[in-house]
Amino acid sequence: MSKSLSSIIPGQLVKVSFIKDSALKPKLMEMGLIIGKELRVLFKAPFGDPIAIDVHGYVLSLRLDEASLIEVEDSK
Amino acid sequence: MRIALLGNPNTGKSSVFNMLTGLRQQIGNFPGVTVDKKFGVFSIEKEEHTLIDFPGTYSIYPRSKDEQVVYDVLSNPHHVDFPDLVIVVADESNLERNLFLFTQIYDLKIPSILVLNMADIARKKGKIVDIEKLQKRFEGSVVVETTARIGLGKDRLTRAIQLNSSKKEYETFQLNAHLCEVEDLKGQEHEANERYILIRELIEQIEVEKNQKKESQSNRLDRILVHPIFGYLIFTGILLLIFQFIFAFATYPMDFIDSVFANFSSWLGNTLPEGLFSDLLSQGIVPGIGGVVVFIPQIALLFFFISILEESGYLARVVFIMDRLMRPLGLSGKSVVPLMSSVACAIPGVMATRTISDWKERMITILVAPLMSCSARIPVYTLLIALVIPNEKVLGFINLQGLVLFGLYALGLISSLIIAAILKMLMNSKEKGFLLLELPSYKAPRWGNVGITVWEKVKVFTLSAGKIILAISIVLWAMATFGPNGKMEQAANSAKIEAESLKLRVDEKERIIASARLEQSYIGILGKTIEPVIQPLGYDWKIGISLITSFAAREVFVGSLATIYAVQEDGGANRRLIERLKDEKRSDGKPVYNLASGVSLMIFYVFAMQCMATLAVVKRETKSWKWPFIQMGFMAVLAYIGAWIAYQILS
Repeated sequence: MSKSLSSIIPGQLVKVSFIKDSALKPKLMEMGLIIGKELRVLFKAPFGDPIAIDVHGYVLSLRLDEASLIEVEDSK
Repeated sequence: MRIALLGNPNTGKSSVFNMLTGLRQQIGNFPGVTVDKKFGVFSIEKEEHTLIDFPGTYSIYPRSKDEQVVYDVLSNPHHVDFPDLVIVVADESNLERNLFLFTQIYDLKIPSILVLNMADIARKKGKIVDIEKLQKRFEGSVVVETTARIGLGKDRLTRAIQLNSSKKEYETFQLNAHLCEVEDLKGQEHEANERYILIRELIEQIEVEKNQKKESQSNRLDRILVHPIFGYLIFTGILLLIFQFIFAFATYPMDFIDSVFANFSSWLGNTLPEGLFSDLLSQGIVPGIGGVVVFIPQIALLFFFISILEESGYLARVVFIMDRLMRPLGLSGKSVVPLMSSVACAIPGVMATRTISDWKERMITILVAPLMSCSARIPVYTLLIALVIPNEKVLGFINLQGLVLFGLYALGLISSLIIAAILKMLMNSKEKGFLLLELPSYKAPRWGNVGITVWEKVKVFTLSAGKIILAISIVLWAMATFGPNGKMEQAANSAKIEAESLKLRVDEKERIIASARLEQSYIGILGKTIEPVIQPLGYDWKIGISLITSFAAREVFVGSLATIYAVQEDGGANRRLIERLKDEKRSDGKPVYNLASGVSLMIFYVFAMQCMATLAVVKRETKSWKWPFIQMGFMAVLAYIGAWIAYQILS
């Protein structure tokens, strides 16, 4: 089941399943967010936005607007 | 050789730069773009090399204005800055993402060295990289391991540069690799996907990861530093501490510089033979340079603290917790640092906006930055406060003068936020803002890097502000020295006769003559011309002159008043000037400098864009005169209306 990265609660381990088309898509991919990549949502800023995720090796922060471009599924 | 230094942000690229070049670095320009070109010259066994530092990027394809230069240079072998050798700095603890940029460059077949930096952090994270295997995979390049922060691996790197043994003919990493056009987003997505699949295969062969700790130290610190309550409390505390420190300690060197320049220019005036050139030197150029130098202590201190926060990794967390708060105002979390810098000086503040990738957010930050009360306003504020605000305590313990000063700072800050919100509604942009920011792991700052940052900022300020302040002070000196056909001489003569009849001391006589001459000079005439416009604000033509002269830089206001009222400047406290100003009466016998006109002046200086240097920097950063003019316009309107309201209410 695929959901938006913006809806994931901290601590959960997920896998990128799809990235929506937008001008940001190549940038997101260059930052390492490609299909199949495992991510963990680490924490959220006060007010819940932006969020910080662990992209296996580094911590990336992004706004909910950007996170909603990324579809994820549960990682086994 | 011409060597280009590239790498992702937060890989210790600047540490590598500093390790190789030391303090011998210069700032230049890349042709056609506003990005500063930082370069340094160093030699290995008498062979000289130029190392050019490029902006930190994740890819050779540009995603912001700053990054454009990387693509421009690397994609064009005929570019004047096209390198003979590229050094790519990679964070060894995060090889996967770092190899992305490296393999792109590798596939361009430019001779390269791959520097695996931060080897210590990689060990701490439990990562071990098989460098031999990595070297084998990239046979066209040379792989070197360093920990540049503490200078480890310098020998290995210089030897690699010296040998420059990378091959010319080799197989590209990504088969059928080709460079996409900047506009070809689909092609870039395809490339990113393929490249990462290959990189992941490679990583599995060369990297061993063992005993990764459940929660890193950075993560634990983040629980406090981005906490909804403690996060903001800590940030506010740090800000208060920094500004407290700056105000407590910057005044000593500033007073010292002030008196050195004042003494030097009066010494020049007394020593040099009388003449126009001597006057230009002692009254135009030397005080002009002094007006620039005096701000260096504050600017250096502020950037000392900012760069410590940046080096430690904390500044990225500030961006993180402030972003949501700044967004309704049309700003971004990345606007916080430029606005903070603007409290010292708007020039480095405006330049610091380059990290903001969104055009609209960056524009708004630039437009409101000069509303933050900069250090050049302090001499004006302190003079006016000492003049019209009684030195009393409110509620028994709060000093009223201090409270007013605080109020002026608050007024600047609050109005900048309100104006930002208004600009957000007025400006439209096609692109939507975004924030993709790496939160680097916390580390102890390297003092060498901090020192170099401070040195650079001071240099940029001195050069960009200095040139303009100096030029304007010469123009203003000329306008104050010359006047229409002989009127100045007439006025000087009658003042001389009057002074002699009153049997004044020589120095008093000279000052009265100077004041009389000024009244008849071009600038005096200009002051009188604008008097009707500024009368509703409670100002007379003498204040008018000071407003005009301080258009170059705000602090010139104080010096101008001293000349107009024929008072000898006495450095920091201005006691004599304050006495003299208190005595100044209008034609109806009321004092010129009363509560109403004084507060009106303070408010005027909170809002008015009295700084040519900032305008020039805004022009440079926005590449058109449109924005500085808009900025000057709305700030002038605010200043006039604000000052008018204050005067009408208080009088």
